[in-house]
Amino acid sequence: MDISTKTTDASPPTPQPAAAGKRGAARSTSRPGDRIFLGLSRGSGILLLVIMAAIAVFLTYRASLAISKDHGNFLTSFEWNTNIDPPVFGIAVLAFGTVVSSVIAMALAVPIAVAIALFLTHYAPRRMSGPVAYVVDLLAAVPSIVYGLWGALVLVPHMNGLFGWLNDYFGWTGIFSWDGGAPRSMLTVGILLAIMILPIITNVSREVFRQVPQMHEEAALALGATRWEVIRMAVLPFGRSGVISASMLGLGRALGETMAVATVLSPDFDIHASLLNPGGGTFAQNIASKFGEATEQGRDALIASGLILFVITLLVNGAARAIIARRKEYSGANA
Amino acid sequence: MSTAAVTDKRPNSLRSGHLPKWSPWAIAGGSVVVAAGIGLGAGLSSKVEWGLIAAILYVLGTFVIATMVEGKRQAKDRVATSLVWVAFLIAVIPLVSLIWTTVKRGVKVLDPYFLTHSMGIVADSEPGGGIYHAIIGSLEQVGLATLIGAPIGVLTAVYLVEYGRGKLARAVTFFVDVMTGVPSIVAGLFILSLMLMLDMQPFGFAGSLALAILMMPVVVRSTEEMLKLVPNELREASLALGVPKWRTILKVVLPTSIGGITTGIMLAIARIAGETAPILLLVWGNSFINNNPFSGAQQALPLYIYQQYANSSGSTAAYDRAWAASLTLIAFVMILNLVARGIARWKAPKTGR
Amino acid sequence: MAKRIDVSGLTAYYGSHKAIEDISMTVEPRSVTAFIGPSGCGKSTFLRTLNRMHEVTPGGRVEGKVLLDDEDLYGAGVDPVSVRREVGMVFQRPNPFPTMSIFDNVAAGLRLNGSYKKSQLNDIVEKSLKGANLWNEVKDRLNKPGSGLSGGQQQRLCIARAIAVEPKVLLMDEPCSALDPISTLAIEDLIGELKERFTIVIVTHNMQQAARVSDRTAFFNLAAVGQPGRLIEIDDTERIFSNPSVQATEDYISGRFG
Repeated sequence: MDISTKTTDASPPTPQPAAAGKRGAARSTSRPGDRIFLGLSRGSGILLLVIMAAIAVFLTYRASLAISKDHGNFLTSFEWNTNIDPPVFGIAVLAFGTVVSSVIAMALAVPIAVAIALFLTHYAPRRMSGPVAYVVDLLAAVPSIVYGLWGALVLVPHMNGLFGWLNDYFGWTGIFSWDGGAPRSMLTVGILLAIMILPIITNVSREVFRQVPQMHEEAALALGATRWEVIRMAVLPFGRSGVISASMLGLGRALGETMAVATVLSPDFDIHASLLNPGGGTFAQNIASKFGEATEQGRDALIASGLILFVITLLVNGAARAIIARRKEYSGANA
Repeated sequence: MSTAAVTDKRPNSLRSGHLPKWSPWAIAGGSVVVAAGIGLGAGLSSKVEWGLIAAILYVLGTFVIATMVEGKRQAKDRVATSLVWVAFLIAVIPLVSLIWTTVKRGVKVLDPYFLTHSMGIVADSEPGGGIYHAIIGSLEQVGLATLIGAPIGVLTAVYLVEYGRGKLARAVTFFVDVMTGVPSIVAGLFILSLMLMLDMQPFGFAGSLALAILMMPVVVRSTEEMLKLVPNELREASLALGVPKWRTILKVVLPTSIGGITTGIMLAIARIAGETAPILLLVWGNSFINNNPFSGAQQALPLYIYQQYANSSGSTAAYDRAWAASLTLIAFVMILNLVARGIARWKAPKTGR
Repeated sequence: MAKRIDVSGLTAYYGSHKAIEDISMTVEPRSVTAFIGPSGCGKSTFLRTLNRMHEVTPGGRVEGKVLLDDEDLYGAGVDPVSVRREVGMVFQRPNPFPTMSIFDNVAAGLRLNGSYKKSQLNDIVEKSLKGANLWNEVKDRLNKPGSGLSGGQQQRLCIARAIAVEPKVLLMDEPCSALDPISTLAIEDLIGELKERFTIVIVTHNMQQAARVSDRTAFFNLAAVGQPGRLIEIDDTERIFSNPSVQATEDYISGRFG
């Protein structure tokens, strides 16, 4: 897999530490204390790299065991029968469900999170913004299983009204048709994920908006801009890349969220046009739900699907970090 | 100048149509009343729908009224303001509901008995039992994870800030970032693949290993930030006295930033204490007390919540226990957060004045 | 076009701290008035009360009257947004919008005010850049980002942006303090040309600059640290620098303090 090659590329195991060691020795004296301490701290850094490499290597190895036995097509098969011999399984449904639920979550969470970040930095009375920001911070710390429990026992019953309404007015589109079953569907999952990633997107966006230089906002104000025009002229253009990377961090969370999806969704292994009827699944949810009954062969298959999830989240997070890094250079040049 | 004069739509006076200060409240009140009317008339049962109708009416009403009185630009400004407020209120509803429900339903069975007894042979659908075994398991697993993850994380941060230059440091920085985004279930699968190869049965320490992986990048990041705040003059002053670098780091740099580092570690603990997925894969769950994290399945609070919910086929007693355990877990996480922030404020390095 | 400013009994606060107290003065149209005084005497604060930018600062509030011709900027029902469209401002550090091109920077204020045809926009942008003595330097790269210009060019870009909306008054808050001597000279020449069309108020730390560019000069001072700043005197620039009527002004100008 391309991730494992990437890992070894970026951390060449033998030549690099040796070179750094020479330089380190030239800088510090050759006291034993110094050498031990440097060795310990550099060793920890290397250990982190080793762990990342090991994750990629071991997942790939176990996944290859599973995929080689797979009698379905691993990428396109609509089945997950791993305990039979020969096993037949594929990730098509999981990839679809993961993407759909995350897209719904992003579509709902990003605009609202940006609005809340603007609220905290530009609209809220000063006395209010401090405590609200604090509460947002604390909500980011609520464990996902609690969101899951709340989603299953409080949010799901409340979705009946919305689902009925959507079905009445937009049922003809097919996407919003509803057969009246328990509203444990992709849309509910998307809404719950949106609520869960709201705090992190809000927090990062808030930091970005706060860093908008006062002088750009004053420039807009002095031209006779209203508050909204100041935001459009000075705040949003400056914060755009920051908001994008915040959203991708949120997306990374949504893609990998396990327990909240597992508690809310009533899964099946099929793709539905309707977002309202129960069914579908995500990578993480499928692992949690199928793990209990899986044999060793089944576990390897789950590991294979986990590897795909790992690669996807790596790409998303890597992209987010790259955007942040570019932004740093950019704002540094203009500061 | 003449071109500008032709198209300039500015009013001649500084005074233009202006809505009074109380107008947003009036429009909000009006929309709520109308929405309630529509709701009653159409027989909408859900109060959430009433609220959504009121929100839409509020935004539309603001736009129409402001356009008539103040002109289009002011109207846009007011709509933006009202949208931002509406977004804020919409976001507040689920979050308040979450906290409120957890507290309201959690206090039902949360008592000393609940905290000091395990589930034992109590059936999932029956009332009784407690979370003692889950608390023990959580404390042991999280404690061991911290013993592994925190030192490695702090040392890595020391390496990056105090020694790190060149390719290795850049690679570590990049992969720490990437590692922050590793889903917890993937960390669980990684340890699981090791266990499959070594043919091991679930036990508490396996969960600790996965949690430690999740904890390290968080600790590295926060510690790095704190070490960067230590002024270079301090390091130079110490080095100039002939103190070796490692003693400078141990005796000057780390003590100066110890408050912030502690805060970061506590926030990381709060994060991993709520992780369920790796525990589900690696520790398995157990309704009896198992004090030994190195052998045999254990329980943990987040997993307990999940199992009470998932394995009980809708029994109220199990749901009550799940809420009570949630409240315990949230309380634990929140207290850690509050204490951590308290330490951060109390021990904040005095930079500049 | 240009308008007269009449200030009477103006006091400005930051929270509970009184920054300037009881200032009254008249600024004639089509003239350059310079504010001088030691650091912290409140001259920038006073400048920012003239287009209601002071109240943007958290805790900022103002008492008193500022008449623009006959209209009180702080009267009931006056919209600060329309005030700022009448009274433009140039800041200490050049602050072109970093994400906009040179053209868009100049057009930014116009686009707020309503719809212009592309050809009208082109005309006004060209006229404003010419008015800011910048046209020849940037006419071939109007679509490049404004942040790529030198400091002096950026400041003239900001002046072009401010005059593009045809304000009645132009406020300048130490516009040359971040610039090199040659750029400073270019801006000073420009100020001389702009006063034909605008009422100009400039805060400066540089007394030679005040003497060079202004028709009238106001001297601000504060009794002691922590005390509010006050207007000591305002008079023709020539008189202030040759024969001021207050001793403190002479002390400051001759370099005895400040």
